[in-house]
Amino acid sequence: MQTITNISQEILEAFSTGEVTVVPITLFAIVIGAIFVNNVVLAQFLGICPFLGVSSKVETSLGMGMAVTFVMALSSIVTWCLQEFVLMPFGIEYMQTIVFILVIAALVQMVEIVLKKVSPALYQALGIFLPLITTNCAVLGVAILMVQKEFTLITGVVYSVATALGFALALVLFAGIRERLDVEDVPEALRGVPIALITAGLLAMAFMGFANVVALP
Amino acid sequence: MSKLQIITKGFFKENPTFVLVLGMCPTIGVTSSAINGMGMGVATMAVLIMSNIVISLIKNLIPAKVRIPAFIVVIASFVTIIEMLMKAYVPALYASLGVFIPLIVVNCIILGRAEAFASKNGVLDSALDGVGIGLGFTMSLTVIGAVREVLGSGSIFGFNFMGDVMPLIFILAPGGFLVLGYVMVLFNKIAKR
Repeated sequence: MQTITNISQEILEAFSTGEVTVVPITLFAIVIGAIFVNNVVLAQFLGICPFLGVSSKVETSLGMGMAVTFVMALSSIVTWCLQEFVLMPFGIEYMQTIVFILVIAALVQMVEIVLKKVSPALYQALGIFLPLITTNCAVLGVAILMVQKEFTLITGVVYSVATALGFALALVLFAGIRERLDVEDVPEALRGVPIALITAGLLAMAFMGFANVVALP
Repeated sequence: MSKLQIITKGFFKENPTFVLVLGMCPTIGVTSSAINGMGMGVATMAVLIMSNIVISLIKNLIPAKVRIPAFIVVIASFVTIIEMLMKAYVPALYASLGVFIPLIVVNCIILGRAEAFASKNGVLDSALDGVGIGLGFTMSLTVIGAVREVLGSGSIFGFNFMGDVMPLIFILAPGGFLVLGYVMVLFNKIAKR
């Protein structure tokens, strides 16, 4: 069994080795790649439920984007540490799915309680979106992808924040288009979800223009 | 509701993809070919049936306050089992579905059925509900996968009949959104009649 001090020392080591091996240019490539080239919604198909559900107004989609960014950054740190210091040393990687989803669910609950106490204003802004985040597959998806891509803690956190920003960007762009769609005369069979999906398809096509902008790690 | 109705309602009246609009991520993410869509549908159906059975069995034992985390643990356990089985017996499908297999956990269909049906009904009915909704989901995914495969790579279930002259866009990301949108329009038209 590792003691707490051992674990914290290992975290510090991971930080320092991360700083040595990661040159800024790769971090830049990861950021651009996660926001534009491999946009989480439009190219990787994660988090489509909130993308379709909470994107009718620009204001709410901004709130959702911020809440997701916050939770994703936190959960990526926690799940990375769990994977590195608990699941791998004990050889129980197959427990990954169960452990990660429980951690994310607990984290969302905790963030909600803490925000309510510490910053009621922020809670007012983000509160209603927080429970929805547990079933946002982008959060779990990024946690799993981080393990698969074998990122260090720093690259992983940068990657997850950039992914969340990409999610927020797609959501806000899409909400802007949908606000305009509301006042258009759409054929009856297309109204609601179908026209939203077709719009998303066109948006995804536009994002394909970013392909090969950076060499992805 | 008769037993047959419980099964058939998942096909049209409560079709998870086209009517309830749940579980959109795998619906768009894995349907680049008919066989991928079908594999995902069957995997989800297996998890759904098993979790529905277990949840309807333990529904009286769990306090109402912690039911959602309890449901998630049950679902996640079955997803892990399915993941290991697929890795062992269908490695090619496992590789092409990738991250979407563990993500069955957060598929809203499964938690939705647990909450809306299995936690209120008996074991047999819950199992049948899982079969019905699962078949509806598999059907939708297979149809979307088949349309995208025909349009995008000119083949069906891996059998090529067009060469490689088809527009690749349909098996890429934008095609997923477009095809799902238009298939949904078609479904609404037919269902309304």
